[in-house]
Amino acid sequence: MADWVEACAVDDVEEEDVIRFDHGGRSFAIYRSADDEFFATDGFCTHEKAHLADGLVMDDIIECPKHNGRFSYKTGQAKGAPVCVNLKTYPVRIEAGKVMIEIG
Amino acid sequence: MTTMARKRDYSLVGESTRLAIETGLASAEWYHTDVPRKAMKELMQRSDEPAIRDTIIWLAAILGSAAGIVWFWGTWWVVPFLLVYGVLYGSSSDSRWHECGHGTAFRTRWMNDFVYHIASFMLMRNPVQWRWSHARHHTDTIIVGRDAEIAVMRPPDLLRAGLAFTGILDFRYSLPTLVRQAFGKLSDDEKSYIPEMEQGKAVVSARWHIAIYVVTIALAIALRSWIPLVLIGLPRLYGTWHMVTTGLLQHIGLADNVVDHRLNTRTVYMNPVSRFIYWNMNYHVEHHMFPMVPYHALPRLHELIKHDLPEPNPSMWHAYHEVWPVLLRQLKYEDFYLKRELPPTARPYRGQFHEVDMSAAAE
Repeated sequence: MADWVEACAVDDVEEEDVIRFDHGGRSFAIYRSADDEFFATDGFCTHEKAHLADGLVMDDIIECPKHNGRFSYKTGQAKGAPVCVNLKTYPVRIEAGKVMIEIG
Repeated sequence: MTTMARKRDYSLVGESTRLAIETGLASAEWYHTDVPRKAMKELMQRSDEPAIRDTIIWLAAILGSAAGIVWFWGTWWVVPFLLVYGVLYGSSSDSRWHECGHGTAFRTRWMNDFVYHIASFMLMRNPVQWRWSHARHHTDTIIVGRDAEIAVMRPPDLLRAGLAFTGILDFRYSLPTLVRQAFGKLSDDEKSYIPEMEQGKAVVSARWHIAIYVVTIALAIALRSWIPLVLIGLPRLYGTWHMVTTGLLQHIGLADNVVDHRLNTRTVYMNPVSRFIYWNMNYHVEHHMFPMVPYHALPRLHELIKHDLPEPNPSMWHAYHEVWPVLLRQLKYEDFYLKRELPPTARPYRGQFHEVDMSAAAE
Protein backbone atom coordinates (compact mmCIF):
# COMPACT_ATOMS: atom_id res chain seq x y z
CA MET A 1 0.00 0.00 0.00
CA ALA A 2 1.51 3.31 -1.09
CA ASP A 3 2.11 5.76 1.74
CA TRP A 4 1.96 9.29 0.36
CA VAL A 5 2.81 12.15 2.74
CA GLU A 6 2.75 15.89 2.30
CA ALA A 7 6.32 17.15 2.31
CA CYS A 8 5.87 20.88 1.69
CA ALA A 9 4.09 23.45 -0.39
CA VAL A 10 5.25 23.93 -3.97
CA ASP A 11 6.34 27.47 -3.17
CA ASP A 12 8.52 26.34 -0.27
CA VAL A 13 11.20 25.25 -2.72
CA GLU A 14 12.85 27.73 -5.05
CA GLU A 15 13.70 26.73 -8.60
CA GLU A 16 16.96 24.76 -8.81
CA ASP A 17 17.06 24.30 -5.06
CA VAL A 18 16.47 21.75 -2.32
CA ILE A 19 14.90 21.70 1.14
CA ARG A 20 14.87 19.25 4.02
CA PHE A 21 11.82 17.25 5.05
CA ASP A 22 11.77 15.07 8.17
CA HIS A 23 9.05 12.49 8.76
CA GLY A 24 8.70 9.48 11.05
CA GLY A 25 12.32 9.58 12.17
CA ARG A 26 13.57 9.73 8.59
CA SER A 27 14.98 12.61 6.64
CA PHE A 28 14.42 13.45 2.98
CA ALA A 29 15.54 16.04 0.47
CA ILE A 30 12.93 17.65 -1.79
CA TYR A 31 14.20 19.17 -5.04
CA ARG A 32 12.74 21.57 -7.56
CA SER A 33 14.52 21.52 -10.89
CA ALA A 34 15.14 24.49 -13.17
CA ASP A 35 12.30 23.27 -15.40
CA ASP A 36 9.92 23.20 -12.43
CA GLU A 37 9.80 19.47 -11.76
CA PHE A 38 9.91 18.04 -8.22
CA PHE A 39 11.99 15.11 -6.97
CA ALA A 40 12.71 13.47 -3.63
CA THR A 41 15.64 11.47 -2.28
CA ASP A 42 16.98 10.30 1.04
CA GLY A 43 18.19 13.31 2.97
CA PHE A 44 21.64 12.15 3.92
CA CYS A 45 24.60 11.55 1.65
CA THR A 46 25.49 7.86 1.25
CA HIS A 47 29.16 8.66 1.92
CA GLU A 48 28.96 10.30 5.33
CA LYS A 49 26.24 11.83 7.43
CA ALA A 50 25.79 15.22 5.81
CA HIS A 51 22.38 16.53 4.84
CA LEU A 52 21.98 17.15 1.15
CA ALA A 53 19.58 20.02 1.77
CA ASP A 54 22.64 22.11 2.64
CA GLY A 55 24.18 21.25 -0.72
CA LEU A 56 24.13 22.78 -4.16
CA VAL A 57 21.69 21.95 -6.95
CA MET A 58 23.19 22.30 -10.43
CA ASP A 59 21.27 21.05 -13.46
CA ASP A 60 20.19 17.54 -12.38
CA ILE A 61 22.97 17.19 -9.79
CA ILE A 62 22.90 17.56 -6.01
CA GLU A 63 26.34 18.14 -4.55
CA CYS A 64 26.91 17.16 -0.93
CA PRO A 65 28.04 20.06 1.28
CA LYS A 66 30.66 18.03 3.12
CA HIS A 67 32.86 16.40 0.47
CA ASN A 68 31.29 17.64 -2.74
CA GLY A 69 30.09 14.16 -3.65
CA ARG A 70 27.64 14.36 -6.54
CA PHE A 71 24.42 12.48 -7.25
CA SER A 72 21.75 12.77 -9.90
CA TYR A 73 18.76 13.75 -7.78
CA LYS A 74 16.49 12.50 -10.55
CA THR A 75 17.84 8.93 -10.57
CA GLY A 76 19.88 8.78 -7.36
CA GLN A 77 22.96 7.70 -9.32
CA ALA A 78 26.29 8.41 -7.61
CA LYS A 79 28.51 10.33 -10.01
CA GLY A 80 31.94 9.41 -8.67
CA ALA A 81 34.31 9.66 -5.70
CA PRO A 82 33.89 10.25 -2.89
CA VAL A 83 30.38 8.89 -3.31
CA CYS A 84 30.11 5.29 -4.52
CA VAL A 85 26.65 4.23 -3.32
CA ASN A 86 23.53 5.46 -5.10
CA LEU A 87 20.97 7.60 -3.34
CA LYS A 88 17.46 6.26 -2.78
CA THR A 89 14.80 8.21 -4.64
CA TYR A 90 11.06 8.47 -3.97
CA PRO A 91 8.07 9.09 -6.27
CA VAL A 92 6.67 12.61 -6.12
CA ARG A 93 3.36 14.09 -7.19
CA ILE A 94 1.81 17.52 -6.83
CA GLU A 95 -1.66 17.86 -5.32
CA ALA A 96 -3.38 21.20 -4.80
CA GLY A 97 -0.10 23.08 -4.50
CA LYS A 98 1.43 20.50 -2.17
CA VAL A 99 4.43 18.28 -2.83
CA MET A 100 3.56 14.71 -1.93
CA ILE A 101 6.15 11.94 -1.70
CA GLU A 102 5.65 8.20 -1.48
CA ILE A 103 7.76 6.87 1.34
CA GLY A 104 6.21 3.45 1.74
CA MET B 1 38.01 18.25 30.07
CA THR B 2 41.28 16.68 28.96
CA THR B 3 40.83 15.06 25.59
CA MET B 4 44.25 13.53 25.06
CA ALA B 5 45.74 12.15 28.26
CA ARG B 6 48.04 9.71 26.50
CA LYS B 7 50.67 10.06 23.82
CA ARG B 8 49.32 10.69 20.36
CA ASP B 9 49.36 7.80 17.92
CA TYR B 10 49.13 9.17 14.39
CA SER B 11 48.60 5.80 12.74
CA LEU B 12 45.16 5.58 11.16
CA VAL B 13 44.59 2.09 12.49
CA GLY B 14 45.94 2.46 16.02
CA GLU B 15 45.00 3.44 19.56
CA SER B 16 44.11 7.06 18.75
CA THR B 17 41.84 5.84 15.97
CA ARG B 18 39.98 3.62 18.39
CA LEU B 19 39.68 6.45 20.91
CA ALA B 20 38.45 8.93 18.31
CA ILE B 21 35.71 6.56 17.24
CA GLU B 22 34.75 5.66 20.82
CA THR B 23 34.56 9.27 22.02
CA GLY B 24 32.55 10.48 19.04
CA LEU B 25 35.32 12.66 17.63
CA ALA B 26 35.35 10.68 14.39
CA SER B 27 32.76 11.78 11.83
CA ALA B 28 31.39 14.27 14.34
CA GLU B 29 29.04 17.16 13.70
CA TRP B 30 31.13 20.30 13.32
CA TYR B 31 30.40 23.88 14.21
CA HIS B 32 29.20 26.13 11.39
CA THR B 33 28.61 29.85 11.40
CA ASP B 34 25.00 30.61 10.49
CA VAL B 35 24.73 31.82 6.92
CA PRO B 36 21.32 32.40 5.33
CA ARG B 37 20.56 29.82 2.65
CA LYS B 38 20.10 32.50 -0.01
CA ALA B 39 23.54 33.96 0.65
CA MET B 40 25.17 30.53 0.78
CA LYS B 41 23.51 29.52 -2.48
CA GLU B 42 24.99 32.58 -4.15
CA LEU B 43 28.44 31.87 -2.73
CA MET B 44 28.35 28.22 -3.81
CA GLN B 45 27.50 29.02 -7.44
CA ARG B 46 29.99 27.55 -9.90
CA SER B 47 31.46 29.31 -12.85
CA ASP B 48 34.05 28.25 -15.42
CA GLU B 49 35.30 31.73 -16.23
CA PRO B 50 37.55 32.58 -13.25
CA ALA B 51 39.28 29.20 -13.30
CA ILE B 52 39.67 29.18 -17.11
CA ARG B 53 41.26 32.63 -16.92
CA ASP B 54 43.55 31.58 -14.06
CA THR B 55 44.43 28.27 -15.72
CA ILE B 56 45.37 29.96 -19.00
CA ILE B 57 47.66 32.33 -17.06
CA TRP B 58 49.03 29.39 -15.07
CA LEU B 59 49.77 27.17 -18.07
CA ALA B 60 51.18 30.06 -20.11
CA ALA B 61 53.51 30.97 -17.24
CA ILE B 62 54.57 27.32 -16.87
CA LEU B 63 55.29 26.93 -20.58
CA GLY B 64 56.96 30.35 -20.81
CA SER B 65 59.27 29.71 -17.86
CA ALA B 66 60.03 26.20 -19.16
CA ALA B 67 61.04 27.73 -22.49
CA GLY B 68 63.27 30.17 -20.58
CA ILE B 69 64.93 27.26 -18.77
CA VAL B 70 65.67 25.48 -22.04
CA TRP B 71 66.86 28.67 -23.75
CA PHE B 72 69.11 29.93 -20.97
CA TRP B 73 70.33 26.54 -19.74
CA GLY B 74 74.02 26.73 -18.85
CA THR B 75 73.93 30.46 -17.99
CA TRP B 76 73.01 32.33 -14.81
CA TRP B 77 69.99 33.76 -16.62
CA VAL B 78 68.30 30.43 -16.07
CA VAL B 79 67.93 31.09 -12.32
CA PRO B 80 64.84 33.37 -12.38
CA PHE B 81 63.14 31.02 -14.80
CA LEU B 82 63.86 28.09 -12.49
CA LEU B 83 62.42 30.06 -9.58
CA VAL B 84 59.19 30.84 -11.44
CA TYR B 85 58.83 27.40 -13.03
CA GLY B 86 59.63 25.63 -9.76
CA VAL B 87 56.98 27.50 -7.79
CA LEU B 88 54.36 27.08 -10.50
CA TYR B 89 55.09 23.37 -10.83
CA GLY B 90 55.94 22.44 -7.25
CA SER B 91 53.69 24.82 -5.29
CA SER B 92 50.77 26.25 -7.24
CA SER B 93 49.93 22.73 -8.37
CA ASP B 94 48.91 22.00 -4.78
CA SER B 95 46.10 24.55 -4.77
CA ARG B 96 44.97 23.43 -8.26
CA TRP B 97 44.98 19.83 -7.07
CA HIS B 98 43.00 20.89 -4.02
CA GLU B 99 40.32 23.03 -5.62
CA CYS B 100 39.81 20.71 -8.59
CA GLY B 101 39.69 17.74 -6.21
CA HIS B 102 36.80 19.41 -4.44
CA GLY B 103 35.23 20.01 -7.84
CA THR B 104 34.69 23.68 -7.07
CA ALA B 105 37.24 25.43 -9.32
CA PHE B 106 35.29 24.93 -12.55
CA ARG B 107 31.60 24.40 -13.07
CA THR B 108 32.35 21.80 -15.77
CA ARG B 109 33.33 18.47 -14.28
CA TRP B 110 35.84 17.36 -16.93
CA MET B 111 37.77 20.61 -16.53
CA ASN B 112 38.14 19.95 -12.80
CA ASP B 113 39.28 16.39 -13.52
CA PHE B 114 41.72 17.47 -16.23
CA VAL B 115 43.53 20.01 -14.04
CA TYR B 116 43.28 17.67 -11.03
CA HIS B 117 45.22 14.94 -12.82
CA ILE B 118 47.89 17.32 -14.16
CA ALA B 119 48.37 18.83 -10.70
CA SER B 120 48.42 15.42 -8.99
CA PHE B 121 51.20 14.34 -11.32
CA MET B 122 53.22 17.49 -10.63
CA LEU B 123 52.89 16.85 -6.90
CA MET B 124 53.78 13.14 -7.15
CA ARG B 125 50.44 12.39 -5.55
CA ASN B 126 48.37 9.40 -6.45
CA PRO B 127 45.15 11.11 -7.62
CA VAL B 128 42.89 8.35 -6.33
CA GLN B 129 44.59 7.93 -2.95
CA TRP B 130 44.74 11.66 -2.28
CA ARG B 131 41.14 12.28 -3.22
CA TRP B 132 40.14 9.93 -0.44
CA SER B 133 42.71 11.15 2.06
CA HIS B 134 41.44 14.68 1.54
CA ALA B 135 37.84 13.61 2.06
CA ARG B 136 38.99 12.16 5.40
CA HIS B 137 40.84 15.39 6.18
CA HIS B 138 37.56 17.26 5.82
CA THR B 139 35.56 14.75 7.82
CA ASP B 140 38.04 14.57 10.69
CA THR B 141 40.19 17.68 10.43
CA ILE B 142 43.23 17.29 12.75
CA ILE B 143 41.59 14.43 14.63
CA VAL B 144 44.55 12.29 15.69
CA GLY B 145 44.28 8.75 14.38
CA ARG B 146 41.80 9.75 11.71
CA ASP B 147 43.18 12.65 9.66
CA ALA B 148 45.67 11.44 7.03
CA GLU B 149 46.95 14.94 6.27
CA ILE B 150 48.34 16.25 9.55
CA ALA B 151 51.48 18.11 8.44
CA VAL B 152 53.14 18.67 11.82
CA MET B 153 52.47 16.11 14.50
CA ARG B 154 53.02 16.53 18.24
CA PRO B 155 55.50 16.84 19.72
CA PRO B 156 56.69 18.74 16.66
CA ASP B 157 59.76 17.52 14.79
CA LEU B 158 61.23 20.93 13.98
CA LEU B 159 64.05 19.55 11.84
CA ARG B 160 61.52 17.69 9.77
CA ALA B 161 59.32 20.78 9.50
CA GLY B 162 62.34 22.82 8.38
CA LEU B 163 63.38 20.26 5.79
CA ALA B 164 59.84 20.29 4.41
CA PHE B 165 60.64 23.64 2.78
CA THR B 166 63.25 21.91 0.60
CA GLY B 167 60.82 19.23 -0.54
CA ILE B 168 63.38 16.52 0.27
CA LEU B 169 61.25 14.62 2.76
CA ASP B 170 58.11 14.82 0.68
CA PHE B 171 60.06 13.66 -2.38
CA ARG B 172 61.50 10.76 -0.40
CA TYR B 173 57.99 9.80 0.67
CA SER B 174 56.06 10.47 -2.52
CA LEU B 175 58.20 8.73 -5.12
CA PRO B 176 58.72 5.45 -3.21
CA THR B 177 55.01 5.50 -2.35
CA LEU B 178 54.09 5.70 -6.03
CA VAL B 179 56.56 2.90 -6.83
CA ARG B 180 55.10 0.71 -4.08
CA GLN B 181 51.55 1.41 -5.25
CA ALA B 182 52.54 0.74 -8.86
CA PHE B 183 53.53 -2.76 -7.71
CA GLY B 184 50.02 -3.17 -6.35
CA LYS B 185 50.79 -2.67 -2.66
CA LEU B 186 48.66 -0.30 -0.59
CA SER B 187 49.53 0.30 3.07
CA ASP B 188 47.11 -0.44 5.90
CA ASP B 189 46.66 3.31 6.44
CA GLU B 190 45.80 3.81 2.76
CA LYS B 191 43.36 0.91 2.84
CA SER B 192 41.69 2.49 5.87
CA TYR B 193 40.43 5.45 3.82
CA ILE B 194 40.40 4.21 0.18
CA PRO B 195 37.26 2.10 -0.39
CA GLU B 196 37.99 -1.38 -1.72
CA MET B 197 36.29 -0.65 -5.05
CA GLU B 198 38.69 2.29 -5.60
CA GLN B 199 41.94 0.55 -4.63
CA GLY B 200 42.52 -0.92 -8.09
CA LYS B 201 42.20 2.55 -9.63
CA ALA B 202 44.86 3.82 -7.22
CA VAL B 203 47.28 1.15 -8.47
CA VAL B 204 46.60 1.99 -12.13
CA SER B 205 47.14 5.72 -11.47
CA ALA B 206 50.47 5.02 -9.78
CA ARG B 207 51.57 2.98 -12.80
CA TRP B 208 50.81 5.86 -15.17
CA HIS B 209 52.83 8.27 -13.05
CA ILE B 210 55.79 5.92 -12.80
CA ALA B 211 55.66 5.26 -16.56
CA ILE B 212 56.00 8.99 -17.26
CA TYR B 213 58.99 9.24 -14.91
CA VAL B 214 60.65 6.24 -16.60
CA VAL B 215 60.21 7.90 -20.01
CA THR B 216 61.59 11.19 -18.62
CA ILE B 217 64.68 9.47 -17.21
CA ALA B 218 65.18 7.61 -20.47
CA LEU B 219 64.93 10.89 -22.38
CA ALA B 220 67.47 12.54 -20.06
CA ILE B 221 69.89 9.66 -20.65
CA ALA B 222 69.32 9.66 -24.40
CA LEU B 223 69.84 13.42 -24.65
CA ARG B 224 72.67 13.36 -22.07
CA SER B 225 70.89 16.32 -20.46
CA TRP B 226 69.44 17.23 -17.06
CA ILE B 227 66.77 19.38 -18.66
CA PRO B 228 64.01 16.71 -18.86
CA LEU B 229 64.43 16.02 -15.12
CA VAL B 230 64.64 19.70 -14.23
CA LEU B 231 61.32 20.17 -16.01
CA ILE B 232 59.59 16.96 -14.85
CA GLY B 233 60.01 15.62 -11.32
CA LEU B 234 62.75 17.75 -9.78
CA PRO B 235 60.56 20.88 -9.40
CA ARG B 236 58.94 18.86 -6.62
CA LEU B 237 62.20 19.58 -4.79
CA TYR B 238 63.25 23.07 -5.77
CA GLY B 239 59.81 24.61 -6.17
CA THR B 240 57.93 23.30 -3.18
CA TRP B 241 58.89 26.01 -0.68
CA HIS B 242 55.92 28.29 -1.38
CA MET B 243 53.43 25.45 -0.94
CA VAL B 244 54.99 24.60 2.43
CA THR B 245 55.22 28.25 3.53
CA THR B 246 51.52 28.81 2.94
CA GLY B 247 50.26 25.29 3.63
CA LEU B 248 51.93 24.75 7.00
CA LEU B 249 50.01 27.70 8.38
CA GLN B 250 46.67 26.04 7.77
CA HIS B 251 46.64 24.16 11.09
CA ILE B 252 50.07 24.28 12.74
CA GLY B 253 50.15 25.06 16.47
CA LEU B 254 46.37 25.10 16.78
CA ALA B 255 44.11 22.63 18.57
CA ASP B 256 43.70 18.99 17.65
CA ASN B 257 40.78 16.71 18.51
CA VAL B 258 38.19 19.47 18.38
CA VAL B 259 35.09 19.85 16.21
CA ASP B 260 35.23 23.58 15.52
CA HIS B 261 37.37 24.79 12.62
CA ARG B 262 37.82 28.13 14.37
CA LEU B 263 40.01 26.28 16.86
CA ASN B 264 42.12 24.13 14.55
CA THR B 265 42.37 26.14 11.35
CA ARG B 266 43.91 29.51 10.51
CA THR B 267 43.02 32.29 8.10
CA VAL B 268 45.96 34.49 7.09
CA TYR B 269 45.88 37.61 4.92
CA MET B 270 48.37 37.23 2.09
CA ASN B 271 49.77 39.26 -0.78
CA PRO B 272 48.08 38.97 -4.23
CA VAL B 273 50.88 36.88 -5.76
CA SER B 274 50.73 34.28 -3.00
CA ARG B 275 46.96 34.30 -3.22
CA PHE B 276 47.14 33.53 -6.95
CA ILE B 277 49.60 30.71 -6.33
CA TYR B 278 47.53 29.47 -3.39
CA TRP B 279 44.14 30.13 -5.01
CA ASN B 280 42.78 31.93 -1.94
CA MET B 281 43.29 28.98 0.41
CA ASN B 282 44.62 31.50 2.91
CA TYR B 283 40.92 31.81 3.83
CA HIS B 284 41.25 28.40 5.34
CA VAL B 285 38.75 28.51 8.20
CA GLU B 286 36.16 29.60 5.68
CA HIS B 287 37.14 26.80 3.30
CA HIS B 288 36.89 24.10 5.96
CA MET B 289 33.60 25.37 7.28
CA PHE B 290 32.06 25.61 3.81
CA PRO B 291 34.05 23.49 1.34
CA MET B 292 31.38 24.00 -1.33
CA VAL B 293 32.39 27.62 -1.82
CA PRO B 294 34.77 28.05 -4.80
CA TYR B 295 38.14 29.71 -4.29
CA HIS B 296 37.11 32.89 -6.08
CA ALA B 297 34.16 33.41 -3.67
CA LEU B 298 36.16 32.88 -0.46
CA PRO B 299 36.96 36.59 0.06
CA ARG B 300 33.20 37.32 -0.05
CA LEU B 301 32.51 34.46 2.36
CA HIS B 302 35.20 35.81 4.65
CA GLU B 303 33.52 39.23 4.74
CA LEU B 304 30.20 37.57 5.54
CA ILE B 305 31.33 35.44 8.48
CA LYS B 306 34.41 37.14 9.90
CA HIS B 307 32.35 38.44 12.84
CA ASP B 308 32.20 34.84 14.06
CA LEU B 309 35.86 33.91 13.49
CA PRO B 310 39.12 34.69 15.26
CA GLU B 311 40.94 37.71 13.86
CA PRO B 312 43.00 36.54 10.85
CA ASN B 313 46.78 36.85 11.01
CA PRO B 314 47.65 40.00 9.08
CA SER B 315 50.59 38.33 7.28
CA MET B 316 52.46 35.06 6.94
CA TRP B 317 55.32 36.56 8.93
CA HIS B 318 52.93 37.43 11.76
CA ALA B 319 51.48 33.91 11.74
CA TYR B 320 54.91 32.23 11.94
CA HIS B 321 55.99 34.68 14.64
CA GLU B 322 52.89 33.71 16.60
CA VAL B 323 53.25 29.98 16.14
CA TRP B 324 57.00 29.57 16.81
CA PRO B 325 56.77 29.86 20.64
CA VAL B 326 53.84 27.43 20.58
CA LEU B 327 55.93 24.82 18.78
CA LEU B 328 58.75 25.28 21.26
CA ARG B 329 56.30 24.79 24.14
CA GLN B 330 54.90 21.67 22.49
CA LEU B 331 58.37 20.10 22.55
CA LYS B 332 57.98 19.78 26.32
CA TYR B 333 54.24 19.61 26.63
CA GLU B 334 52.53 18.29 23.57
CA ASP B 335 48.99 19.11 24.72
CA PHE B 336 49.77 22.82 24.52
CA TYR B 337 48.18 24.72 21.64
CA LEU B 338 47.32 28.21 20.56
CA LYS B 339 43.74 28.97 21.48
CA ARG B 340 42.75 31.92 19.37
CA GLU B 341 40.44 34.54 20.86
CA LEU B 342 37.03 35.08 19.35
CA PRO B 343 35.63 38.57 18.82
CA PRO B 344 32.71 39.63 21.05
CA THR B 345 30.37 39.20 18.08
CA ALA B 346 31.17 35.48 17.76
CA ARG B 347 29.31 32.52 19.18
CA PRO B 348 31.51 31.00 21.90
CA TYR B 349 33.42 27.76 21.54
CA ARG B 350 31.53 24.73 22.78
CA GLY B 351 33.00 23.15 25.88
CA GLN B 352 32.76 19.52 24.84
CA PHE B 353 36.03 18.33 23.29
CA HIS B 354 37.40 21.86 23.37
CA GLU B 355 38.77 22.48 26.84
CA VAL B 356 42.21 20.99 27.28
CA ASP B 357 43.89 21.46 30.65
CA MET B 358 47.14 23.22 29.79
CA SER B 359 48.19 24.12 33.33
CA ALA B 360 51.20 21.80 33.14
CA ALA B 361 52.49 23.84 30.21
CA ALA B 362 52.92 26.86 32.47
CA GLU B 363 55.43 25.04 34.65
